[in-house]
Amino acid sequence: MLSKQTKEAFLGPLNANNPVLVQILGICSALAVTVQLKPALVMGISVTIIVALANVVIALIRKSIPMRIRIIVQLVVVAALVTIVSEILKAFAYDVAMQLSVYIGLIITNCILMGRLEAFAMTNNVKDSLMDGLGNGFGYAMILVIVAFVRELFGSGKLLGYQIIPDSWYEAGYSNCGMMLMPAMALILVGCVIWAHRSINDKEGK
Amino acid sequence: MEKFYQLWKKFGKNFEQGGKLEKLSSFYDAFDTFLFTPTTTAKKVGAQIHDGSDSKRTMIIVVLALIPCLLFGMFNVGYQHLLATGQLAEGLTCCLWWKALGFGALAIIPFYLVSYIVGLGIEFIVAQIKQEEVAEGYLVTGFILPLILPINTPLWQVAIATAFAVIFAKEVFGGTGYNIFNVALIARAFLFFAYPNSMTGDSCFVRLGSTWGWDGGAAVDGWTGATTLTQLSTGAVTESASFWETVNGLMPGCVGETCVWAILLGAILLLATGVASWKVMVSILATAGITAALFNAFGSDSAITQYPWYMQLVSGGLLFGAVFMATDPVTGARTECGKWIYGALIGFIVILVRVLNPGYPEGMMLAILLGNAFAPLIDWCVVRKNINKRLKRA
Repeated sequence: MLSKQTKEAFLGPLNANNPVLVQILGICSALAVTVQLKPALVMGISVTIIVALANVVIALIRKSIPMRIRIIVQLVVVAALVTIVSEILKAFAYDVAMQLSVYIGLIITNCILMGRLEAFAMTNNVKDSLMDGLGNGFGYAMILVIVAFVRELFGSGKLLGYQIIPDSWYEAGYSNCGMMLMPAMALILVGCVIWAHRSINDKEGK
Repeated sequence: MEKFYQLWKKFGKNFEQGGKLEKLSSFYDAFDTFLFTPTTTAKKVGAQIHDGSDSKRTMIIVVLALIPCLLFGMFNVGYQHLLATGQLAEGLTCCLWWKALGFGALAIIPFYLVSYIVGLGIEFIVAQIKQEEVAEGYLVTGFILPLILPINTPLWQVAIATAFAVIFAKEVFGGTGYNIFNVALIARAFLFFAYPNSMTGDSCFVRLGSTWGWDGGAAVDGWTGATTLTQLSTGAVTESASFWETVNGLMPGCVGETCVWAILLGAILLLATGVASWKVMVSILATAGITAALFNAFGSDSAITQYPWYMQLVSGGLLFGAVFMATDPVTGARTECGKWIYGALIGFIVILVRVLNPGYPEGMMLAILLGNAFAPLIDWCVVRKNINKRLKRA
């Protein structure tokens, strides 16, 4: 059904060409929003939607964009989409929008977006661009969810706000690891995921 | 070192065949290998190696230097327990003296078990994966770690912190000798940020409850387990220890840091054998003293700012850190001029943290870690300066 190139556009960013793990893009927001699982999920979904739509829009008008002002055109498209997503979040998920605070607005500057628009949507057709956007968005969201899962579970003993670690553990002397709530630990966790990812992929490469 | 060796060889005559202590010769052999092997040095001409000291020997000397702190720490843990539970009402009898030491030993030995089992376990696994020999690097780290922790730290937290430090501060950098930060301090820093309740406050430095079910108790009225620095930083000074009380060290604190005499004994051994650099120690103490004196003279009126500079030097972990941790040859500055700058940076930061940040009563850990981070840069600058100087001369 899908051509090989289209499949590659979607599957590549999920693993072998993951934006966070391989291209080391979008690290800043990955550290900032992953203290809890819920904001991380919302952020992942928002970025996925915005990348996919922006890719489609740019791919549609790619032949009529003058080369000299292409960055401005891309920015306008992204900014419009981000504003829409931000307003929707404020309307329907106010708490999460407040938790994410500036980071929703800062999606505009997320390097994954500009990177995909420049490197892919400007030179590929609409279908491939849509798949590429979805793939990169999911690839980014996946890492966010993994990191946020570990941070919320060990940092607060909860998942999605529900307590997972039973009270009896706390009474037995267990306590949450405050280090997990700090951005430094998020960076170390991202490092661990990259470590695991590379050691698996290197074996295939060798 | 040469003099030590002569003395040691003379002492060793007793262990030879027909000597008084012939039966114990294997003990002598073991220590001989630990302390004085290899003995080979370069010939008198050409490149000179005066002392064939390798990392194993360096490390065993550091461990020996730490023993006074450990023994005193054991006694002090027990002594504080007896004091807090009101068992010292009739003074310190001989029987209670031994009870204090026994109680402290029982409390500290599990820390060593955890520290070595976890740390060495990871070292062995990593060595297997990398197909390398097991490096001796963990010997000192594992020995020093229990000495810089409060006695009430839960053991599972110590295990997690040790694993974290060995993996992320050492093995990912390439193992022994390649680490940027002092591994024991990273373990402590992890505990400090991950489980702040175990590392600061009034209740972590003195064990009130029983150890393995032995000799529980409740605090007597009016007793406080807060260290002087904690009291000063929270402003709730109940009783301020005098200079000599602080030097003698029978007070709450991390296990190995309280007694100045024990630390000085260790420092003498480290300096006499040339293992640690006197420049780092002197530089830290001088800068910390000057900084504290400046705060005394020009600072605000708060209790910690007006804490006399000589008290700042002997209280908390400053001296222990300056002698045993900042002098770590791997993570510290290596150029001779760099050592002065490195020490000055640490001495300045430690007082700054103590005085200006009410959240952190003690700043030695953070100061040394910051010093570690800057050490390569300091070395680089010193080396560049020398190169430029020589280029100009040429």
